[in-house]
Amino acid sequence: MRNFAYLLLTIMPFSAMAQSENLMYSEGKIYVVVAVIAIIFLGLAGYLYRMDRKVTALENEK
Amino acid sequence: MTGRFYKALGVVLVLYSLIYGLLTTVPDLPIIEQSIRNLFYHVSMWFSMVAMMAGSFGNAIGFLRGENLLKDTRSVSLAETGMLFAFLGLFTGMMWAKFTWGAWWTNDPKLNGSAITILIYLAYFVLRNGIEEPRKKARISAVYNIFAFVMMIVFIGILPRMTDSLHPGNGGNPGFNSYDLDNRLRLVFYPAVIGWILIGTWIAALRYRIKNLSK
Repeated sequence: MRNFAYLLLTIMPFSAMAQSENLMYSEGKIYVVVAVIAIIFLGLAGYLYRMDRKVTALENEK
Repeated sequence: MTGRFYKALGVVLVLYSLIYGLLTTVPDLPIIEQSIRNLFYHVSMWFSMVAMMAGSFGNAIGFLRGENLLKDTRSVSLAETGMLFAFLGLFTGMMWAKFTWGAWWTNDPKLNGSAITILIYLAYFVLRNGIEEPRKKARISAVYNIFAFVMMIVFIGILPRMTDSLHPGNGGNPGFNSYDLDNRLRLVFYPAVIGWILIGTWIAALRYRIKNLSK
């Protein structure tokens, strides 16, 4: 965990430098919104998938 | 897991429509402006709802032909999933209406028609819960389901087309087809509809299996 925080601190200045050519900072940062929506939907799809697996397990028990 | 392919395809198509629907360029229409992108999200809810109700209707007829109770369970699971899409369609539509037509609710025939459709299907669930005996419950609700489906077609498919409506494609109001459902929109809209129908099928299948487990 501490290593991860250290890594973040080292990377952060570089990511700030890269702002101009980074896709996520372009077009008024619309790609950030796109990414957020994609994460939400993938989360919901993953949730459905896990529920499906649990129902399958229950069916096999029966 | 059964039906891996259709579930994965549904996820991929919806994900594509969410991402590309925001990034693609859209026709520049007055008043609607960027909100034309709601076509990919709001309208696909209604298409999915009609598809779920059609599946529910087909299974209701299937039950009446063979008296197979599994078909009744399938029918009600699809109707419940259809209701989920109906409410999502209704609330997203209210949001869109507020900022293009200026009010959360208008007396548009399609809005009132869809509200009546929701009430008709709510009555279907009330009816089901009122009958104890499973066979009787299945038979009566299957017959009601047939009426409900026909009424839905009348209220959201036929009546709005016979009078003036704010919705495109109704009354004297031309559909998106005739002027601005250009290929950019089609490229996102059709995959979105197919994707959501597949996701809806997945949800309905889960409801169906859970109902069978809890018997």
